[in-house]
Amino acid sequence: MTPNATILIRAARVLGGEPRDLLIDDGVIVALGAGARAADAARTATVVDADGLIALPGLVDLHTHLREPGREDAETVETGTLAAARGGFTAVHAMANTDPVADTAGVVEQVWRLGREAGHADVRPVGAVTVGLRGERLAELGAMADSAAGVRVFSDDGVCVSDAMLMRRALEYVKAFDGVIAQHAQEPRLTEGAQMNEGELSGRLGLQGWPNVAEEAIVARDVLLAEHVGSQVHICHLSTRGSVEIVRLAKQRGLPVTAEVTPHHLLLTDELVATYDPRYKVNPPLRSAADVAALREALADGTIDIVATDHAPHPVEAKDCEWDVAAFGMLGLETALSVVQHTMVDTGLLDWSGVAERMSYAPARIGRCDTGELAHGRPLAEGEPANIVLVDPSVSATVDPSASASLSRNTPYEGMKLPGAVVATFLRGRPTHVTGGLL
Amino acid sequence: MIRHLLSAGDLSLDDATLVLDTAEEMARLTEGRSVKKLPTLRGRTVVNLFFEDSTRTRTSFELAAKRLSADVVNFSAKGSSLSKGESLKDTALTLEAMGADGVVVRHSASGAPYRLATSGWINACVLNAGDGTHEHPTQALLDAFTMRRHLGELSGKRIVIVGDVLHSRVARSNVALLATLGAKVTLVAPPTLLPTGVERWPCDVSYDLDAALSGADAVMMLRVQRERMNAAFFPSAREYSRRYGLDSRRQALMPAEALVLHPGPMNRGMEITAEVADSDRSVIVEQVTNGVYVRMAVLYLMLAGTTEEAA
Amino acid sequence: MSRDLNGSREVLDGDDVARALTRMAHEVVERNKGAADLVILGIPKRGVPLAQRLGARISAAEGVDVPVGALDVTMYRDDLRLRPARALERTDIPPGGVDDKIVVLVDDVLFSGRTIRAALTALDDVGRPRAVRLVVLVDRGHRQLPIRADHVGKNIPTSLAESVHALVSEVDGRDGVVLAQAADQPRSDAEALP
Repeated sequence: MTPNATILIRAARVLGGEPRDLLIDDGVIVALGAGARAADAARTATVVDADGLIALPGLVDLHTHLREPGREDAETVETGTLAAARGGFTAVHAMANTDPVADTAGVVEQVWRLGREAGHADVRPVGAVTVGLRGERLAELGAMADSAAGVRVFSDDGVCVSDAMLMRRALEYVKAFDGVIAQHAQEPRLTEGAQMNEGELSGRLGLQGWPNVAEEAIVARDVLLAEHVGSQVHICHLSTRGSVEIVRLAKQRGLPVTAEVTPHHLLLTDELVATYDPRYKVNPPLRSAADVAALREALADGTIDIVATDHAPHPVEAKDCEWDVAAFGMLGLETALSVVQHTMVDTGLLDWSGVAERMSYAPARIGRCDTGELAHGRPLAEGEPANIVLVDPSVSATVDPSASASLSRNTPYEGMKLPGAVVATFLRGRPTHVTGGLL
Repeated sequence: MIRHLLSAGDLSLDDATLVLDTAEEMARLTEGRSVKKLPTLRGRTVVNLFFEDSTRTRTSFELAAKRLSADVVNFSAKGSSLSKGESLKDTALTLEAMGADGVVVRHSASGAPYRLATSGWINACVLNAGDGTHEHPTQALLDAFTMRRHLGELSGKRIVIVGDVLHSRVARSNVALLATLGAKVTLVAPPTLLPTGVERWPCDVSYDLDAALSGADAVMMLRVQRERMNAAFFPSAREYSRRYGLDSRRQALMPAEALVLHPGPMNRGMEITAEVADSDRSVIVEQVTNGVYVRMAVLYLMLAGTTEEAA
Repeated sequence: MSRDLNGSREVLDGDDVARALTRMAHEVVERNKGAADLVILGIPKRGVPLAQRLGARISAAEGVDVPVGALDVTMYRDDLRLRPARALERTDIPPGGVDDKIVVLVDDVLFSGRTIRAALTALDDVGRPRAVRLVVLVDRGHRQLPIRADHVGKNIPTSLAESVHALVSEVDGRDGVVLAQAADQPRSDAEALP
């Protein structure tokens, strides 16, 4: 197919509603509904039969580790964005903890360019807040913002910007170019050597605990800092009930705070750690069932704004070892939508338009990529870019790590049966992922 | 009998009793005999895989295996590939290729023996000889064996365990095993050295050592590392030993026949005074002797028979 | 542990067992020309009560205290790996030991001979007797090793399809010897089929 081909998607249930046709031409949705224009075009268009499928706006991930440059053995921009396309994502925000760290215009432009070349999804680089993620002095945030990559999200993800003064300055500084600081909320002294959620199980397993308060203390501090300086703060991978309560209170007070939750924190609990299998080792750690319930509720009521994958590929040897020395992190791009369907849609907590809000519109808004030529997170409407994902919610499949597009295999869902399948993903009208026979 | 000995909590009452009874026989067969070697494990290979130094535990397992005529191979962290960053997996694959029947593993990472036993790297039986701050099941078995020899059946007996419970694999294994055996355990420690969720363990918890000592049938003192005070677990060694150390004054609060145990190595003057450690109620030296019998029992029960699950 | 005796046939009753023990006690003394230096060791489980009774009879007849003990052979067996590890039975060597003594081993049923071979090895680790003799309540044949008993309560010719079970009141609640089809019965503790 050529990029400019005309595509007619027939009978897709847009945001889970009644079946409608979508006509795509030159990367734009030109007609919606069963109108005459659609019928005319149908004679020359490639027809996609979407009967029974749900159409959502292309998903946007605010938290992806693509590992390039530096750890091309775990993932590359090419393989990571291919996994993104398979998971229904049309844009991903590539975290800054690469080697070298994405703390200069040069590195973020390199990642951005690799994304353009790969073409499976738009790559929006995230810039580091501090030089080398060391938490000592600010990186050149303005230079990264002004670069070709047009960075707007800044994060030291993997480490917390724990110095309160530095965090204050970062929040203030990015106001000049409408940036946002995404905080990895982890009080470092309270989590020295921490291995898993602190609770009865950590005590029993002899693994050093990672208390909820280590996250909540930073969330509370940063919400107050954001209020004080009048800037927006985004909380990465919120994982505790207490953090939910703080964010809820902040939002009630009208404070400029947004928050994300990962699919794995919506589904998995710390009980899995009893196997000592490092595939369940992640930062922040898997929490209790009570935390999981609170996170689902918060995502449903809007306290938590978005789902972000924290897709964190690791080579086999980083997980095929004892717990203590294993790497933190899990794959997430290809399973995110299935986990959200399983935990939020099939449970009645969220409808498909709610999913679109939390996995497309809102992350694009927070990532400042909802406008312009390469806009994401736009409604499926005439004149909007044709970033579309088609989902079959009626099927289910057992997760097979070896089938992943990622270079890594560290999925925590191996062997689990999850509902929903991404059937096709279109990036500005161009199919970046199609399952067999649809086109 | 269980296939691997990873956690004292995996032992049922029947299993635990079988181990203790078997250890009793091992002691009878060995004590006061000119020939201390039994042919039972001839042709079986036991590997002592010690990622962490522990001359005392390794020697005890080695002696136990040799008394049962097993071939014993020692892999220690020093002067081997283990200190050169060879992964647990590669080490396991090497042992499998060498035909190990039993692997006795000591590791600084909690759960490392679980990984060895469950990852499919090896077929050998895995015996946990202490993993991180998790468990040390044969230590709990030898403690129970020692107490049973003096106190009789442990059901209903009151055992006080004192010290750094948070970092103690000995305490975790003892609480699990003693609960299975029906003993009534009280943990005594400063609140900073008790694990989160300890209130849900099958034992009582107290901060007051003096109160816990009266009525105890046995008191087990845990090793407390002086370095812990650097992480603010307690203000000073002096304050620790004053509040939680066992000295003659406290020993006088205990019933006359109550035993004093310590898994070793002791910090004399820290958690226990030399006077108490060397007193006639101390069974600390016996614990070492009994360790060999208990490990003989465990090796016999795990390695002598067929290891087919269904058999 | 009592035995399920459905479909079995009794070949010795309690009186027969008592008479056999009495006879063998006299034979042992006669062969030994008295009770001097005798040490009687039963092989668990059922050999131990039989040894005690044999010892009591000899002690009574000779007016001396004949030392009686137990010798568990579990850890010396050559078929350990064929089954899950078994609980050990008590070994109890009388205080005088066995060095330079006449050790009389006592077992219930003599079959393949492997238990006795294990017992001889076990005895090696205990000391060096001047001689070792063997007393069994029943010899059912089918030896796999060149071992024979010095004193036999009763020879019972059997087929390999049959199993022989000695009963002693201390363990089973009554004395006797029964014959059963092996397929219907658990294998004897002491004499597993190869």
